[in-house]
Amino acid sequence: MVENTIHATQAVVTLDIALPGIIWGWMITLNMWAKSIGTGVVMVGAYLLYKYKKEEVSSLRWIMPLISFIALNVFLLFTLVDLHQPYRMVNIFLHPHWTSAITVGAWMASLFTLLMTILMVIGAADAFPGLGGKKCKITALARNNSGLYEKLFPFVVFLAIPVTMYTAIIMAESSARELWQAPTEMIQMLLAALMAGSAALILSSGSWDKEVRKDLSLVLMVAVFASFLMYMGEYFFSFKSSEAEATLAYVHAGGEFNVEFWFGMVLGFIVPFFLAASTIKSDNTTLLRFAAILTLVGLYLAKDVWLKIPQMLPLS
Amino acid sequence: MKLGFLVDLNLCMGCKGCEIACKVENEVPLSSWRLRVKYIDIGSFPNTSRSFTPLRCNHCENAPCERICPVSALHYLENGIVNIDSARCIGCAGCMMACPYGAIYMDPESNTADKCTYCAHRIESGMMPACVVACPVEANIFGDVEDEHSHISRYIMEHQGGVQVRKPEKHTNPKHYYVGGGTQTLDPLAHQRLEGYGLFNNVTHLEHNGDPHHGVLDRFLAPFVGHEKIDNKSFMDFSADQTTSKEGDH
Ligand code: SF4
Ligand code: SF4
Ligand code: SF4
Repeated sequence: MVENTIHATQAVVTLDIALPGIIWGWMITLNMWAKSIGTGVVMVGAYLLYKYKKEEVSSLRWIMPLISFIALNVFLLFTLVDLHQPYRMVNIFLHPHWTSAITVGAWMASLFTLLMTILMVIGAADAFPGLGGKKCKITALARNNSGLYEKLFPFVVFLAIPVTMYTAIIMAESSARELWQAPTEMIQMLLAALMAGSAALILSSGSWDKEVRKDLSLVLMVAVFASFLMYMGEYFFSFKSSEAEATLAYVHAGGEFNVEFWFGMVLGFIVPFFLAASTIKSDNTTLLRFAAILTLVGLYLAKDVWLKIPQMLPLS
Repeated sequence: MKLGFLVDLNLCMGCKGCEIACKVENEVPLSSWRLRVKYIDIGSFPNTSRSFTPLRCNHCENAPCERICPVSALHYLENGIVNIDSARCIGCAGCMMACPYGAIYMDPESNTADKCTYCAHRIESGMMPACVVACPVEANIFGDVEDEHSHISRYIMEHQGGVQVRKPEKHTNPKHYYVGGGTQTLDPLAHQRLEGYGLFNNVTHLEHNGDPHHGVLDRFLAPFVGHEKIDNKSFMDFSADQTTSKEGDH
């Protein structure tokens, strides 16, 4: 095949250093995955709170901030643990560099977690009158300021969108990895949040009205369908840049990334789509929960492959 | 003033003098490199040639590593050098993800990012970078690219049309030039890395990023309880079980 440039020149590396392996590994996958849940439940939860009466989604007011709070803390923990100098994280606040999406994201995510903590405490204090006992000052303060929840909520929903998307900008600022283009990654992050958010709420929707579950199935279906299409578009039709092509070769060529990617696609996108579609008429809660769990597993696998393959490419 | 580098690949003979000088001058630990000379063989036997390409940080005018650094550990100096303040670095590795040239490493001794600084400490006291001094054939040319009378500027003018930078399409505007380079040598996608073709095999990827003995827990505990001292010798005992080695072993 001498007509192929690389074969025609027969250029082969005969002495070089060992290249770095994967720099951002599973901790960053987990970080992105947990953040999708943490922001997604707020976006999907906001829609439910807007559309339905309080009785129809009785526990949502405290369950939503609780799930978000847990997921955000997992996200923050792994962000911190992945640093080689975790105690210096404080430098992001003492010496912020505003051109960096890491800085802007860390500030927004911290503010978001703080607001979510307030919503969680108020939501839980209102839902459980006995919580904290009579002497607990925090729950008393929360109950006295119950109205703050509704005042803060629109701002929190608004903030959830950039908190979801900023990781896409970090990926875009990672100029060495051409596979990650800002427009695609921003929409993928948003869709991941809708997938993870609806899946997490489905898992806690047992006592809610069946119309609510129908809505959650629809959100899940639309999100997995759109996200799947985007992955397929990139997988099969990324003809534009040589680096993106070379990166995708690590999945196209078979091997562990190929298996992980297709496992993720089938398990987390194709199967949940049909499962969710089938539950819209039947309101089969068990099947829908199964679809939700598969979505969360598949999303992790897809994110993991997309994070790692560009790091396999030799940069110099 | 804008300091730049030019390497004339027609002169470079692949002696690796610059590589060693850099290691010594900057005490770069084993498993890490600020500068390396890459050998690439081109053609089929008997029509083959070997090319040598020194690769270091390009000190880009529009540096993605500086842009992504959340704490400004990477910063521009007035003379155009992209410098790094390892005391501020949080070790997020964002810069390693951003540099299109793979010029940054996580120092296994300090657990912070590091790279070629154009020997900023030597420049400050009026000396040339260590790698320039070491080169026996003067293939490394260093100087002010904004001064049209400097050696490097004159060299660029004399070789107009033959001067290249790596990955110009990234719009990083590198201040590191090559004369006598070709796509096969400067574009990492234009040559193959085939198992079994290297002069030394089994050394294709680093197994660790930063200190190999510095697990997740150590990162948190180290400031209080200390951790195993890492120096160059730590990397040389390949067969020893590192986790069971006693203090003072290394
Ligand atoms: S070559 Fe890489 S490390 Fe050097 S300035 Fe450019 S982006 Fe930064
Ligand atoms: S690893 Fe250090 S130098 Fe690199 S981007 Fe992070 S803080 Fe900045
Ligand atoms: S300029 Fe200094 S730090 Fe950079 S490669 Fe040369 S010796 Fe190493």
